[in-house]
Amino acid sequence: MAVTVEAVGLTKVYGGGRTPAVDHVDLATEEGEYLVLLGPSGCGKTTLLRMIAGLEQPTEGEVRIGGEVVNGLPPRARRIAMVFQSYALYPHKTVRQNIEFPLKAEKQPTAKRRERAEWAAELLGLSALLDRRPRQLSGGERQRVALARALVREPSVFLLDEPLSNLDAKLRATARDDLKDFHERVGTTTIYVTHDQVEAMGMGDRIVVMLDGQVRQVGPPQAVYEGPADTFVATFLGSPPMNLVPREGTIVGFRPEKALPAEVLGAALDGHRRWTLDVQRIEYLSGDRHLHGVATGLGEQAPVIVRLPATVLTPIETGTKHEFVVRDDDLCWFDPETEKAIDGPAG
Amino acid sequence: MARLADREGVLARLMLLPAIVYILALVAVPFVVAIAYSFSDVTAGDPSYDWVGLENYRSNWEDPVFGRALWNTFLFTGVTMLLTVVLANILATLLTADFHGKWVVRFLVLLPWTTPAALGAIAWLFMLDSLLSPIDWILWQVGLLEDGRHMVWLGKSGLAKASVIGVQVWRLVPLAAVIIMAGQTAIPDDIKDAAAVDGAGFWRRLWEVTIPLTLPVIAVAVLFGAIITFTDMSLVRVLTNGGPVNQTHVLASWAYVKGIDGGNLAQGAAVAVFLLPLLLAATIAILRAVRRWEVT
Repeated sequence: MAVTVEAVGLTKVYGGGRTPAVDHVDLATEEGEYLVLLGPSGCGKTTLLRMIAGLEQPTEGEVRIGGEVVNGLPPRARRIAMVFQSYALYPHKTVRQNIEFPLKAEKQPTAKRRERAEWAAELLGLSALLDRRPRQLSGGERQRVALARALVREPSVFLLDEPLSNLDAKLRATARDDLKDFHERVGTTTIYVTHDQVEAMGMGDRIVVMLDGQVRQVGPPQAVYEGPADTFVATFLGSPPMNLVPREGTIVGFRPEKALPAEVLGAALDGHRRWTLDVQRIEYLSGDRHLHGVATGLGEQAPVIVRLPATVLTPIETGTKHEFVVRDDDLCWFDPETEKAIDGPAG
Repeated sequence: MARLADREGVLARLMLLPAIVYILALVAVPFVVAIAYSFSDVTAGDPSYDWVGLENYRSNWEDPVFGRALWNTFLFTGVTMLLTVVLANILATLLTADFHGKWVVRFLVLLPWTTPAALGAIAWLFMLDSLLSPIDWILWQVGLLEDGRHMVWLGKSGLAKASVIGVQVWRLVPLAAVIIMAGQTAIPDDIKDAAAVDGAGFWRRLWEVTIPLTLPVIAVAVLFGAIITFTDMSLVRVLTNGGPVNQTHVLASWAYVKGIDGGNLAQGAAVAVFLLPLLLAATIAILRAVRRWEVT
């Protein structure tokens, strides 16, 4: 059964500290949603998750699970399950004992425990490993044991704290697919913490971008990517990040892949902005060309990066000037004072 | 010519020399002498060495006081370690909790360990005095003992044994608690959090997570404590001097009585050497157990 998780004005100030680790966060998941908390390290995303889990007591504000205020309830009364970055498997217990542990804590009868543990192991392909100990498992297997232990008592909410960050790059890609696939099968509300934008963009139904304990933007990955709420979100998401160019009391931004050489479009320049790039350096990355240089004609002179897809064959040399265009609709506008997104000038 | 400081081989030997002399003079020589004496008839009055084979061991074995001392050594060590492990675990759990003035409490808890054994024993001699014991006074106040009557802690066999064990526990618990505390602190926070999220209450966390994960450290604490208890003679010497009627002697104090007080060096040495194989076996057993836990 899927339930919602809400944070209302949730704040955490650690003893003696003046700056809050989490600062008046309001957030609500949908039922069965896959919500990703994304931000640089130290932004408060893990603290927020730990308050939802009941491992930290909020200084202020409320946590609601399934509409009920759970402040003050210990983790075990919250019907949540958590997967830790380190997996936190019990090293002295076998895989089976690890998976059975939450059921044992619920005082389930032995036969029931066995049956549920075998079901969970089956679901995650661990049946052959039940009698091993964590140290005899690979990173990916440990991660699946942690998941099996989390799901064995069918919690209302899954909390995942950077569960993929200890895996190597190749394994991470498959584990990401497995996790997403798993969520689609069980449909449990999931809150997933990561600092990796690729994980966030690829897995989240919605992503929550955090900085300095505050939520900067909430939305579906594409909406956040294309319409960042402020300059932090604009530059935190995307690789390379959004280009920001000061222009007449505003900041204008565009994604590096939204610029094209003028000749590619030919004469169809309606609704496009034309500018010049003084190309200083070219990087060739996974088939794409990244052009680093200085832009003139968009606003003030400013360093920008243009990412040309492998399908654009226009010859461009280092040290030359080249004409580029960006669609007006692809431009984002920001207020240089507040750094917040604003409406662009009409036309 | 190379300077002395540059010749590492020479320098290393030179710097090891004091340690080697120390170990040879104060450990190896007395050790060999003790073994040699235990097969002889050397006494304080007649130091000439005559080989008598296993005669000293045989006569000790037939001496009822030796038998009782041997039994007491095991009894005191076993009960002391049992109580120490239980109390040290409780203390360590309390001390790892977060509260104000934690470091003051930790400091106070460690004090008994820093007190020399003999000094601590003398303080306890007063606590357990047959007429002036403050413990008796407390028992009067709470009504557990009839006013004016005395427990005579060190005057009855059972109470005297309990007293020796009690003081030994008092002395060892702080060290064991600090060792176990280090072990508990070394458990990753994630594992403690995981147990909390998995729904385990305090007792389940204690029995299924904390204690199994601190077992190797507990074993180390037991190893140290057991060796200290097993070989300690000062506590019995000061507290009861083996009394009443040789009821509380352990091997170490009995060896002292026979060899030094009685002047029969050969017999005393034989009693002391008796400790050796027992200690060796215990050490090997515990160290092997620790290794096995670490591997799994």
